[in-house]
Amino acid sequence: MIEVRALTKHYGTTVAVDDLSFQVPAGRVTGFLGPNGAGKTTTMRLILGLDAPTSGSVTVNGEPYRQQRFPIHEVGALLEAQALHPGRSAVNHLWSLAQSNRIGRRRVDEVLGMVGLSDVATRRAGPFSLGMKQRLGIAGALLGDPQILLFDEPVSGLDPEGIVWIRDLFHRLAREGRTVFVSSHVMSEMALTAQHLIVIGRGKLIADDSIEHITAGAGSSVRVRSPRHDDLMGLLTAEGATVRSEGGALTVIGVDSAHIGDLAARHGIALHELSPQRASLEEAFFELTDESVEYHGADLTHAGATTDTRR
Amino acid sequence: MTTASPTTAPTIQPDDAVTHVPRPRGRVLPAVIRSEWTKIRSVRSTVWSLFATFGITVGLGALFCFAYVRRYDHLNIRQRLTFDPTVQSLRGLFLAQIAIGVLGVLVISSEYATGLIRTTLTAVPQRRTLLAAKAVVFGAVALVVSMISVFVAFFVGQAVLHGKHLGVALGDPHVLRAVLGAGVYLTIVGLLGLALGAIVRRTAGAIATLFAVVLVLPLLTRALPSPWDTDIGKFLPAELGAAMFNVRPDSSLLSPGTALVVALVWLVVSFSVAAVLITRRDA
Repeated sequence: MIEVRALTKHYGTTVAVDDLSFQVPAGRVTGFLGPNGAGKTTTMRLILGLDAPTSGSVTVNGEPYRQQRFPIHEVGALLEAQALHPGRSAVNHLWSLAQSNRIGRRRVDEVLGMVGLSDVATRRAGPFSLGMKQRLGIAGALLGDPQILLFDEPVSGLDPEGIVWIRDLFHRLAREGRTVFVSSHVMSEMALTAQHLIVIGRGKLIADDSIEHITAGAGSSVRVRSPRHDDLMGLLTAEGATVRSEGGALTVIGVDSAHIGDLAARHGIALHELSPQRASLEEAFFELTDESVEYHGADLTHAGATTDTRR
Repeated sequence: MTTASPTTAPTIQPDDAVTHVPRPRGRVLPAVIRSEWTKIRSVRSTVWSLFATFGITVGLGALFCFAYVRRYDHLNIRQRLTFDPTVQSLRGLFLAQIAIGVLGVLVISSEYATGLIRTTLTAVPQRRTLLAAKAVVFGAVALVVSMISVFVAFFVGQAVLHGKHLGVALGDPHVLRAVLGAGVYLTIVGLLGLALGAIVRRTAGAIATLFAVVLVLPLLTRALPSPWDTDIGKFLPAELGAAMFNVRPDSSLLSPGTALVVALVWLVVSFSVAAVLITRRDA
C-alpha cells in the first residue's frame, strides 16, 4: 500500500507536484497517467525517497521509504533502464544490488532466468539494447520478490516484442497478487494492463477511478455522412447539437444516432453513414488532461519552457 | 510475503518457481560493504587506475633514481649532501596521487553520471551508511595498493641508487616511517577524491577540484610573501604528504605526526560535508 498525502514538490520556482493525494492499494495494477511533464516521475522519486518533498508526505507500507531497512524485499522499482554502469556485467550489477539487501546468489541467477538474460549474464551491460537493459532493470526490481512494484514509463522506447513481454509480465505480477504501479503517458497502453487509473496533470490529481468509469464519463459522438451535408448540418445545429465538419463527414455531439436518423428521414435526406462513436480511452484521457498539458503542439512560443520537471 | 497472517487466503503462486526471499534482519553497513566490494572489483576502470597508481609510483621512482645516478658525477658537494634517497625513490607519488584520486572520485561520481545512484539509493536509502561503505571499501583497496606501490618503489629505487652506493635501508633512521607515510598519503588523497566526488557529483568538476587542492593551491601559496607562504602552505595536503615522507628535517614542514593528524582533519571535514550534502540533496 502506497499512501500519498498532500504531496508537494517544488524545484526552484517550478511546481512539479502540487498537493497530490492518492492511495495505491495492494493487489492490483494501478496506472499512473499524465502528459509528459505532469509530475509522474517526480512522484515516483518522492515515493522512493530519492527526492524529499517540499511538503506533505508519502509512506510505503506505513513507513517513509528512507526509514526502511533492506527495502527491496518490499518494494521493487524501475525508474530508468539506462541507470547502470556500462562496464559492469549484468550478473555483477544484480549481485551488488542483492548483497546490499542480503539476498543470496541463487536469487540473482533466478531473476536473470525470469527475464531471459541468463545467456548474456556475464557480458558488460553497456552495449545492451534498450530492451535488454529494461529486462535487466526489471530483474533488479524483482530481486527481493517484493509485493509492491513501481515502473516508470516501462514501455517507452521498446520494440513491439518488448512491449508484449512487459504487458504479459504485468499481468502475471498482478495475478500473483502483487501491487503494480505503472506510469505512462500513453492511455491505450494502460487500458491493456491497469484496472485502476490515477490521472495527473501539472502535478495535480485529475482522476482516481476505474478504467470503466473514466471511459464512460467521456462524451460520445455520432459520425454522419450525407450527400446533403450542409442541409443536415443546419438542421442538426437547429436541434441544439454540436456539429463539426471533418473531411466530408459530420461529427455530431449532443444527439443520439436514432434522433439523427429520424430527423434526416423527416426531411428526405439520404444518409450514407450513421455510426455512433464510443469515446476511446485515449479521447477520455485527452479530455481529462486537455487543460493541464503544459503546452500544445501549435504553441511553439512556449515550447522552450521545459516540461521535464526533473532539474 | 508469506508473513501475512494465516487467516488470509494463500497468495497465488507465481508461474515460475520463485524461491521465497526472507526479509533479512541484521545491520545494514556490512551488507552494503559487501555490495560496494562487488561494485569496485567488477569494473575495469578500477583495475586500470590501481595499475596506473602502482606503475607510476614504481616506474617514475626508478626513473628519477636512474637519472640521479647518471647525473651524480656532475653534482657539487652541496647537492650531494642534501640528497634524500628515500624521497627520490618516491617521487612518482606526484603523479600517482592523481591516478588514485581520480579513482576515488569515480567510485561515486560514476554512479551519478550513469544514474545508477538512484538504483543504489532505492536499495540503500541509508545514504550516510552508503557513503561510509564506499569509504571503507575504497579506503581499504587504496591502502593496500598504495602500500604495495610505495614499498616496491622504495626497493627498486634503492637498488638503482646502489650503483653509486647511495641507497638506504628500511632500517635506517626515519626511512620506514617515510615509506609508510607515503602510502598513507596516497590513500588519503584517494579518499579526498571520494569525498569530493560525493560533494561535487560530476566527475570532471570533482577531478578539477582535487587537482586544484592537491596541485595548484601549493603553487599559489608559494607566491605569498614570507612567512605566510610556509605558514599556510604547510597545512595543504601536498605539504602534509611531504612532511610524512620526508626523511631529513625541514623547518618549512610540520612534524610527521602532526601532518598525519592535520591530513585526517582534512578527511573528517570533507566527509562531514559530503555526508550532510548526500542526505539533504535530491538524488
